Amino acid sequence: MNFDLNAMLRRHGLVLAFLVFLVGVALNTDAFLTPGNILDVLRQVSITGMMALGVTFVVLTGRLDLSVGSMLTLLTVIVVDQHNISGPFPAIVMTLIAGLAIGAFNGLLIGFVRLNALIVTLAMLSFLQGLVLFYSGGSNVNVQNAQSTWFAVFGRGNFLGIPVPVILFLLGAVVAGLVLQFTTFGRRVYGVGGNETASIFSGIDARWTVFWTYVISGFTTAIAAVIMGSRVMGAQNTIGQGYELTVLAGVILGGTSMLGGSGSIWRTVIGISMLGFIQNGLLLLGFPYYVQWLVTWAVIIIAVWIDLGAKRGRIFA
Amino acid sequence: MSDMVLEVRGITKTFPGVKALDNVSFDIRAGEVHALVGENGAGKSTLMKVLAGLHRADGGEIIYQGQPTEVSGPLDARKKGILLIHQELSLAPELSAAENIYLGAWPTNRFGVLKKRELRRNAKSALEALNCGFGPDVRVGTLSVAMQQMVEIARAEAFSANVVIFDEPTASLTDNEKTQLFHTIRGLKERGVGIVYISHKMDEIFDITDRITVLRDGQVQGTVETAESDLNQITRMMIGRTLDAYFVKAEANFGEEVLRVDGLGKQGLFKDVSFTVREGEVLGLYGLVGAGRSEVVETVFGVRKADSGRLFWKGGEIKLPSPRESIDMGMALVPESRKEQGLVLMMGGRENTSLPHLSLFSDVSVMNRTKELAVFEKYRSALSIKTTGPDQALSQLSGGNQQKFVLAKWLCADPKLIILDEPTRGIDVGSKSAIHELIADLAHQGLAVIVISSEMPEVLGVSHRVLAMSEGAVVAEFEGDAMTEENLIDAVSHHRKGIAAE
Repeated sequence: MNFDLNAMLRRHGLVLAFLVFLVGVALNTDAFLTPGNILDVLRQVSITGMMALGVTFVVLTGRLDLSVGSMLTLLTVIVVDQHNISGPFPAIVMTLIAGLAIGAFNGLLIGFVRLNALIVTLAMLSFLQGLVLFYSGGSNVNVQNAQSTWFAVFGRGNFLGIPVPVILFLLGAVVAGLVLQFTTFGRRVYGVGGNETASIFSGIDARWTVFWTYVISGFTTAIAAVIMGSRVMGAQNTIGQGYELTVLAGVILGGTSMLGGSGSIWRTVIGISMLGFIQNGLLLLGFPYYVQWLVTWAVIIIAVWIDLGAKRGRIFA
Repeated sequence: MSDMVLEVRGITKTFPGVKALDNVSFDIRAGEVHALVGENGAGKSTLMKVLAGLHRADGGEIIYQGQPTEVSGPLDARKKGILLIHQELSLAPELSAAENIYLGAWPTNRFGVLKKRELRRNAKSALEALNCGFGPDVRVGTLSVAMQQMVEIARAEAFSANVVIFDEPTASLTDNEKTQLFHTIRGLKERGVGIVYISHKMDEIFDITDRITVLRDGQVQGTVETAESDLNQITRMMIGRTLDAYFVKAEANFGEEVLRVDGLGKQGLFKDVSFTVREGEVLGLYGLVGAGRSEVVETVFGVRKADSGRLFWKGGEIKLPSPRESIDMGMALVPESRKEQGLVLMMGGRENTSLPHLSLFSDVSVMNRTKELAVFEKYRSALSIKTTGPDQALSQLSGGNQQKFVLAKWLCADPKLIILDEPTRGIDVGSKSAIHELIADLAHQGLAVIVISSEMPEVLGVSHRVLAMSEGAVVAEFEGDAMTEENLIDAVSHHRKGIAAE
């Protein structure tokens, strides 16, 4: 029975640990498991969650997108600045186009030129951070008519008592999940991630498949930037810093394999929500906000360890 | 000479859902070659992995040199003198032969610094004992597969192994290299090493082994003296029935030309390759590994690019296609390596079957699951594939059942031409003859079939016409009575000699 316990812990250990944590926080604080706080957490994870939806596509092909953090910064600066210059609607359109374009550029280098995804997106992270400063000249931007613009709805609005960003995130999750599970494109993503060579031998154009996953990642990051700009009604030059790791942590915490080919959107939704509750719980327990960075580290290590451990287990069982 | 070096008693090993080894007992004597045979999934590899310390058994004991022994890991096994030579070689291509022989057990001084001279000297004598023909300093990545295997075997010398286990050692060797390997094995045997020999190739087993142990479904079916047994008996023990017709050839009834290849060439791989194949015809492509056979068909299919040459499909010239275009025209390629090229092993049978034809299995880009399941069930019963369900990961199936899914994924779209690259490599006798029957059946239905094989009886047995390839060129073509083993050997070896003379 020893074996069964091990297998059970492997599969559900993280969720169990999470439940223990939830109960622990709930017993030590009053506010934790209240509807208001839960909606708060969901509102907070809606931005990283939205980004994680796109990044899930990329990770499923066995690749990475580390550029989403500074992409979020740049796109948030763009949406806020353009809101002041040309109004909310053109600002949103421009932001989405910019996100698609950056994603396409990543996709071109990784899918077609076949450069290493880690290097390409890490370089893009740096490039975009520089671009932010070029664009903004180093100063922060703020929405000038913050009180009167309908742009506020994306980050601050409520619909039937539920925050609009949460609705956007869940809606995005449903669409992304449907695309992955039920369309030919989704099947190609899993195919390329599971075995790229065999997929090519099956007539799948891996170059385009990889390309589109980065375009999707750019697109979801652009939507996240709209939510972010709307919520903050401004943008600092470092607003998205570190988000790439939080997003990645959420994806792999959910159980999507870094090696590609296995995982899903609902796993990402769970993973990113767990991360949100952990951070919120730590704050409520009185830990300083930067503890979340330490926790992110631990979560990444543990999740990757479980992912690879499950595979290694087959050799040394 | 008959003292036991290694004995296993009542070994049991269970994986989730499968009893891989069920109370298995057998023994290895010093100076004997002991064959371990069985269909895929019979438990041979698991048993060997237990001996080599890669798996831990759930029950039973290992008696090594008269003592009950625990093997804690591969390195421990090697130090004790039990050496496993893998089907897929386990060498570091960037390191030298000497470093590879002692991989993970390098001689060091007490500061952990590598004793290079000692390493080199010991490796050199191990290589010389085997007559390897290369020195300890050569980088392993530059050696041929056969020579790399010698590096692994040299470990037996270096660690004075008492037991050496060969797992499908001839899978990618030429006939000459095989002879050389057998010579080496006999040398080890004379020095009193106990050898376990795992193979699917019956001629080799009868050639080199002293005793044969047959495994089926994780249980020992029996151990026999090789000299007192025959193929029929072993086959019956392996699959529980006899195979009457090993090869079936489709009646020759040819229709229109389906594919014509004219002067196909690719620098460094093959040159001026021309052939045709007609409806209802099985064209054999024989050649040793490295002759360029796979490269040619992969180019025709579109996963490789060519420098020159023309392609005609059903009489009309076409430009060299992409894999997508080939598939849409009605071409199918069952590739050489089913694990790397053929299947997405973490997916189930349903998703693998539809993978090359996503547009056929979808309505406006939305997958049609009902259709997928219907086709999955159709081929599961038509090819009698053993799987627990449409979504059981193919990594959990035996080689033969995996290969059947590779066939299913291509057959389900009714191809006009199917290319089978080593379709029976590494699969068990039962699945093998099922695939031979299938080839005949496909030709009978009017498909054009190209079969690549390095097993001569197979290529002669199933084909109507055979092309011999050597060093990237088609060197001969045989039909009818001219299709004999001697002719094929002559064609290939003459060509090689001719090249050597130039």
